[in-house]
Amino acid sequence: MKARTLDFQGMEIVYELLANTIDEVGKDKEALFLSKLCLMLAHEIPDISKIEAAVAVARQIEQGTM
Amino acid sequence: MRPAGRAELDSLYFDYPEYEWERPCELDGKTPLHPVVIAGAGPVGLTAAVALARRGIASVLLEKKNTLNDGSRAICVSRYSYETLQQLGLHEPFVAKGLGWTHGQCYYRGETVHRFEMPHSEQERFLPMYNIQQQYIEQFLMDKASEYPDLIDLRWQSEVTGLQSSDQGVELNVRCPGGEYSLRAQYLLAADGGKSPTRKMLDLRLNGENLPGNYVIADIRMEHDFPTERRSFFESAANPNATILVHKEPDNIWRIDWQILDSEDPDAAIEEGTIRQRVQAILAMIGHDGPWELEWWSMYTANTLCLDDYRHGRVLFIGDAAHIVPIFGVRGLNNGFADAVNVAWKLAYVLDGGADEKLLDSYTQERRGATLDVFLNAGKSSRFMTPPSRGYALMRKAVLELSLSEEFTRPFADPRQVLPYTYKESPLTIEHAQEQAFAGGCPAGSAAINRRLSTGDFLLDHLGSGFTGLYFTTQDAVPDAVLDLFSELGASDTHFKPVVVSRNELPQGGYEFLLDAQNSIFSGYAAQDDTFYLLRPDRHIAARWCTTESRQVTRALRIALGEIK
Repeated sequence: MKARTLDFQGMEIVYELLANTIDEVGKDKEALFLSKLCLMLAHEIPDISKIEAAVAVARQIEQGTM
Repeated sequence: MRPAGRAELDSLYFDYPEYEWERPCELDGKTPLHPVVIAGAGPVGLTAAVALARRGIASVLLEKKNTLNDGSRAICVSRYSYETLQQLGLHEPFVAKGLGWTHGQCYYRGETVHRFEMPHSEQERFLPMYNIQQQYIEQFLMDKASEYPDLIDLRWQSEVTGLQSSDQGVELNVRCPGGEYSLRAQYLLAADGGKSPTRKMLDLRLNGENLPGNYVIADIRMEHDFPTERRSFFESAANPNATILVHKEPDNIWRIDWQILDSEDPDAAIEEGTIRQRVQAILAMIGHDGPWELEWWSMYTANTLCLDDYRHGRVLFIGDAAHIVPIFGVRGLNNGFADAVNVAWKLAYVLDGGADEKLLDSYTQERRGATLDVFLNAGKSSRFMTPPSRGYALMRKAVLELSLSEEFTRPFADPRQVLPYTYKESPLTIEHAQEQAFAGGCPAGSAAINRRLSTGDFLLDHLGSGFTGLYFTTQDAVPDAVLDLFSELGASDTHFKPVVVSRNELPQGGYEFLLDAQNSIFSGYAAQDDTFYLLRPDRHIAARWCTTESRQVTRALRIALGEIK
């Protein structure tokens, strides 16, 4: 069975929320803000392999577009 | 370094003794074969000499200087080290002088973000940590060494200038005020510090990493009303970009550490004027506006470096000569003490015929294992104290800012203070089937924990200088089979000490009896009727049995003495 994930409706809300909040905190603080957010979300996911997999995927995509 | 106008040993609070050079017999044509020569009379070399003397083994200590080390250097001594010092019979001056502490605080931009507590309970004789200057540590060790005039031959102003090592022993060239002479020994303990000349003479290299980050440590004297605890400051008003540490030491001395930034010129950063400016800003930040005096300062870098092998034939490396560790977590001298007593008990058995030389093979395995464990923990601490890259700096800032309101990120600021290392993988440790049967207690390889028997009387006060057998019983008498086991163990180890723990009074008879009226030892060791713990001379558990199996116990002793595997 596939693990429960956030549905698309939810993801749309996150998309808007992050876009607006990144604008709000400003360019100087965006990396720090996103770091804190990652730490807080990681704390809610008690499975290190999921987090490692997510970092690996994001990193791969990042390197592919560099 | 000292302030302008003061000599290297001109301290505000400590009178450096001057030790006399005495003419050694070698200069008069004698060439005795000494059992042990120790290069370096720092705290680690002195500890080894005292530990050997306690077992009746003579040593010659060679020291280039004629006094103790300058400056306060190491200051935090752990409970485990105090327990070691107690075994060597010298904890009293350390308790009297040291400032004990149990917790510390981390501040971020002036606000407390983490308060850490070190494990402590009424079962302990000693506090988790004590602050005491290295001069006192060395002085108390010297006082003890001088109680063994026939066993410890201290040779000041004596520098090793050459070394030849073979399977049979070592031959050293020593330069002293009376000339040069050759010194013969069965074993050499190299306790000659981070720049170890012995290491260079054997063409050995430390391997590992030099971590980024330079720190200044400065000792000042002031009347400052704050309890003994560790305070760390991140992004403080005194210096927003540098991490700062503050520790209290005896004699109104305070240790202040701060990071030198990459943007700073390291030479200018340790000039007296800069030091005074920095200290003044830090004192303003912690709320001290009274007078203060500068005592001493030095610079250090954080490194994780060690030898691949701590033993090279008849030469064994102990302390900083074997490994250089970052200061975070106070593992330098504490691990040096552990090296010294580890090698000393093994050498004592080998030299007095109680064990084969093979026993020494376990030294590197055990103590280098401890060093690698230090690297793991101190490496993490160092990367937090001094973020080595933009990524680490960003994560630290994220963690510290979150810590203001979020509990879960606070442990990142924990200094990961030294804990006793467990010799789990050691060839001397036995994890047999019965090990799994224990519901707690002290696992094989771990350090024996202390337990309170009554006011001022603790379990570890009763250990012997060799192996100790701890037998637990709820019967009215110790079974004959166990008394026979005690005799067998005594035949294998002439220093063996049998100890019986019971909740009821027992008849006397060839063992030391400990009344466990509070049930503290039974519970701490997860013991039941007929449980047996075999403790090594350094208090680590060689093996344990829920119910005693005599043949296994005698075999475990032979394994712990390196005889069989």
